[in-house]
Amino acid sequence: MSTERKIRVLIAKPGLDGHDRGAKVVARALRDAGMEVIYTGIRQTPQMIAEAALQEDVDVVGLSILSGAHMELFPRVVEELKKRGMDDVLLFAGGIIPEEDVPALKQMGFKAIFGPGTSTHEIVEFVRNAVGAPA
Amino acid sequence: MTTATSEYLERLLAGDRRALSRVLRWIQEGEPEGREALRALYPRTGRARIVGITGAAGSGKSTLTTALARAERRRGHSVGIVAVDPSSAFTGGAILGDRIRMQELTDDPEVFMRSLATRGTLGGLSAEATDIVAVLDAFGKDVVLVETVGAGQDEIEIARTAQTTLLVLTPNTGDDIQAMKAGIMEIADILVVNKADLPNAEILVSQLKALLSYAEHHSDWQIPIVRTVATRDEGIEELVKQIDAHEQYLRASGEGEQRARDRARHQIAEAVRAELTRRFLQGDGRARLDQLVEQVAARALDPRSAARAIIAEGQREG
Repeated sequence: MSTERKIRVLIAKPGLDGHDRGAKVVARALRDAGMEVIYTGIRQTPQMIAEAALQEDVDVVGLSILSGAHMELFPRVVEELKKRGMDDVLLFAGGIIPEEDVPALKQMGFKAIFGPGTSTHEIVEFVRNAVGAPA
Repeated sequence: MTTATSEYLERLLAGDRRALSRVLRWIQEGEPEGREALRALYPRTGRARIVGITGAAGSGKSTLTTALARAERRRGHSVGIVAVDPSSAFTGGAILGDRIRMQELTDDPEVFMRSLATRGTLGGLSAEATDIVAVLDAFGKDVVLVETVGAGQDEIEIARTAQTTLLVLTPNTGDDIQAMKAGIMEIADILVVNKADLPNAEILVSQLKALLSYAEHHSDWQIPIVRTVATRDEGIEELVKQIDAHEQYLRASGEGEQRARDRARHQIAEAVRAELTRRFLQGDGRARLDQLVEQVAARALDPRSAARAIIAEGQREG
């Protein structure tokens, strides 16, 4: 059965903005690509996100954010994941994230940042390739 | 056993949640490490109380499970939760959303919740779910809550692996009761009328009472009907009381031991099914299955002969 190992992805929305349409569209696209997507809903603290990632043993964590608080919240998510020994998960993010923040986020460990207008196909391919490839 | 596996097991038994999570993943993926882990851990199981929560989609199972977990935490019990959601039959993917309603439990390190997808009919889900419950038991959880959508046979099977099974119903869903009539006594130890603040809740309660009165009784246990409003925590203490009462009944009547043997028998049968599926229909067996599918669909071969062919060929190779 190990040949049919499923990719497990956590899609989470840190912070206070309540618009989760983008997150849901991505969750659905990943499901349609055969992955198991754990969707935790809006207004998640960094601790809650890391804890869910740990309990579900996900391969991938995708964060969606529109509030502009990513430079505050993302490092804390990374830190909480590390604290739990989850530093091997693949991280990506989507939402409204200015170009100038991207290098810092990549430095932090985010392998991809998807802005508005990204096709879901691109995100699916990214996750597939990145999980398949050795870290 | 490889050193990596035994190292994870040691960490698990020392209370490391990361190790627990990884062992559960091995089991979910059908990895050999998972089988080794289960073999090593099984003698340490049997301590946890296992409660199944089943019912139609939208009946409030997740919210009720959360409320029950909170009530158990209030009396100092550690809690494991296994929430099962269906996989898409077309893509094999799934969106597992039970955590949305269980958010408040996430901050409590004594609660460990795992989402499980049914992964189609070839997976032998109930065997897998049972194994996951066993690992949570060995980890030291006092209570394990297993939540399933009560729509199909698979889910009912999982509910049966519990010591006490709750069937959650809501007012204004008369059709569900019609559909469940036949099996209602076999599935449920406790009937929960959730959303009991809705109009017609009392109508549902009296329908259920009538149903229970003329159903055939296989046990001396009187199935109670508990009214809850899980979103407001109403009726939860009463529900916990009834779960405790059922536990006492199982112990005092000796029915608990009988059920444990029934469960063991059922679990072995399920495991045989899962093992055969794994050995003959997945991985290398897949191509052979696809060939035989064509023949059976074309009526050149009957399904039972196809099954016997797969098993006979597989044994020669093995």
